[in-house]
Amino acid sequence: MVNHPELKCASQPMPKKASAENASPSNKFNLSTAELKEMAKKLRRHVITMIATAGSGHPGGSLSAADIITALYFRVLRHDPENPQWSERDRFILSKGHAAPILYAALAEAGYFPVAELATLRKLDSRLQGHTDRNLTPGVEMSAGSLGLGLSFAIGVALAARLDSKTYRTYALLSDGECEEGQTWEAALAAAHFNLDNLTAMVDCNGIQLSGRTCDIMNIEPLIRKWQAFGWHVIDIDGHNIDEILAAFPKAKKMKGKPTVITARTIKGKGVSFMENNVAFHGKAPTREEAEKALRELE
Amino acid sequence: MAEGSTREVYGKTLIELGRQNKDIVVLDADVSPSTMTNFFAREFPERFLNCGLQEQNMISIAAGLAASGKTVFASSFAVFVVCRCFDQLRLCISQPNLNVKIVATHGGITVGEDGTSHQAIEDLALCCALPGFTVVVPADAIETAEAVRAAASVYGPFYIRLGRPKTPIVYPEGYHFILGKAVTMRQGKDVTIMATGIMVAKALEAADILARQNIDCRVINLHTIKPLDEAAIVKAASETGAIVVAEEHLAQGGLGSRVAQILAKEKPVPMEFVNLGDRYAVSGKAEELLQRYGLTPGDIEESVTSVLKRK
Repeated sequence: MVNHPELKCASQPMPKKASAENASPSNKFNLSTAELKEMAKKLRRHVITMIATAGSGHPGGSLSAADIITALYFRVLRHDPENPQWSERDRFILSKGHAAPILYAALAEAGYFPVAELATLRKLDSRLQGHTDRNLTPGVEMSAGSLGLGLSFAIGVALAARLDSKTYRTYALLSDGECEEGQTWEAALAAAHFNLDNLTAMVDCNGIQLSGRTCDIMNIEPLIRKWQAFGWHVIDIDGHNIDEILAAFPKAKKMKGKPTVITARTIKGKGVSFMENNVAFHGKAPTREEAEKALRELE
Repeated sequence: MAEGSTREVYGKTLIELGRQNKDIVVLDADVSPSTMTNFFAREFPERFLNCGLQEQNMISIAAGLAASGKTVFASSFAVFVVCRCFDQLRLCISQPNLNVKIVATHGGITVGEDGTSHQAIEDLALCCALPGFTVVVPADAIETAEAVRAAASVYGPFYIRLGRPKTPIVYPEGYHFILGKAVTMRQGKDVTIMATGIMVAKALEAADILARQNIDCRVINLHTIKPLDEAAIVKAASETGAIVVAEEHLAQGGLGSRVAQILAKEKPVPMEFVNLGDRYAVSGKAEELLQRYGLTPGDIEESVTSVLKRK
């Protein structure tokens, strides 16, 4: 066996120091943990109502991501619903585009558009498409729905911040099934190679995809070790524990020289007993009776 | 005929544009010495990103940069940056109408010896199937510089196809390119040869040969495949009554299909097509391949002769 001498590689330039922190406030909602829990419940109710009204959609993956998205929009992200194109805003990129309903619910409650508009989900001429459309919906950063694209897109957004010495942070939410897509790992290599410490990925690890359990369809474990091996700082959390979610972001921000991924252990369909861990509700709308039962559980 | 390298001109024009506009960012996927984006990389290292062998990742990164206000040029060989990346081009760039310029080199069969895997012969069909994309195939090095400048100055997604070998210069210095506007290279009244890319020079050669047979050919360069200059196409069909379309591409979905679609509706006249048909090419020298696959001035001449019989 030949022993190859270790190759010396030119290291990537470390990111330039960003200009002074923007004076504008962080998150204007700044909800407490208790308020975030209530908001997450409210957003889950929107998800059920929206998908039931539309008659189609993906409830499971919206409910699993509800707590993370609530924490982001109502506590973590620096954003301004009055000015969706504000150049200094933190960017949230929903790579798992089928979870559009939970994002729409958060955007509506934050004030990007009227809550009443949620009832138009998936209807002809609605601004709320079945999967996100950045041309139509205020606050939506990326057109998504084809899995595996979002982390790469987020790299571009994070690189632009570095080029322009901006302090905004870029967040991308992926599904665990999405970690089966090759491009996700191209992006994982690249973000680490480019030392993108202004980028935080989150993986909604709900363990279920369209046709079954992720471990049966295409096993992605050991997920933490994979991201670590790709050069990422990994924070593993309970994706339904608001305190754990909130604690992860400052740690990600503090990590210099490498990107952070938050592997959030979640339950598909979380909050609705008959949807929890139920493959059937990956992409099926509840009936009227099911929706009523779900809403009672989310009181 | 003097020759020039379209990709070398691309590299040099990028430097010029980079000096004018600090928001221009260039991406490449490990082939910058071949696409010549390495010129830009040397002058503006902070605005150049080698994405490694990750063409799909590169296209989505380009979209993210463009969504953040950058004018992004992304380059690789045409097969890799188009054929491999169709979903990324579709959802990350075309649908959101982002300001990304895909400039591919090594288009067509004149890539030569590298063979089928490296010969993009369906790229025009694919890019024309992306709503909002402007698709340009320059005829020579001079037109390349102009097309790249135009791409930088007009908002929206672009695909520019360049070749590997040097190509004959068909334009004088100082030629002014107008995006979407056909160029009449030679006046004529009997028949019109419409060509794009390297086939423009071949069409001019064919027209010379045919002139000796008293056949008066008009030659039009359709450098912009999308949007097409419909008025010029209809005018040529009306005035000459017969059309031959020549391109280094499959029969389906390229320039020939697009011209035929317009004329079927607006001005049906006899047409012939000079292209690769429905097949892949093989390894060989560029000139040998053009002979083998029917893309020579002689092939154009034959098509003109047969279309005139149907006029």
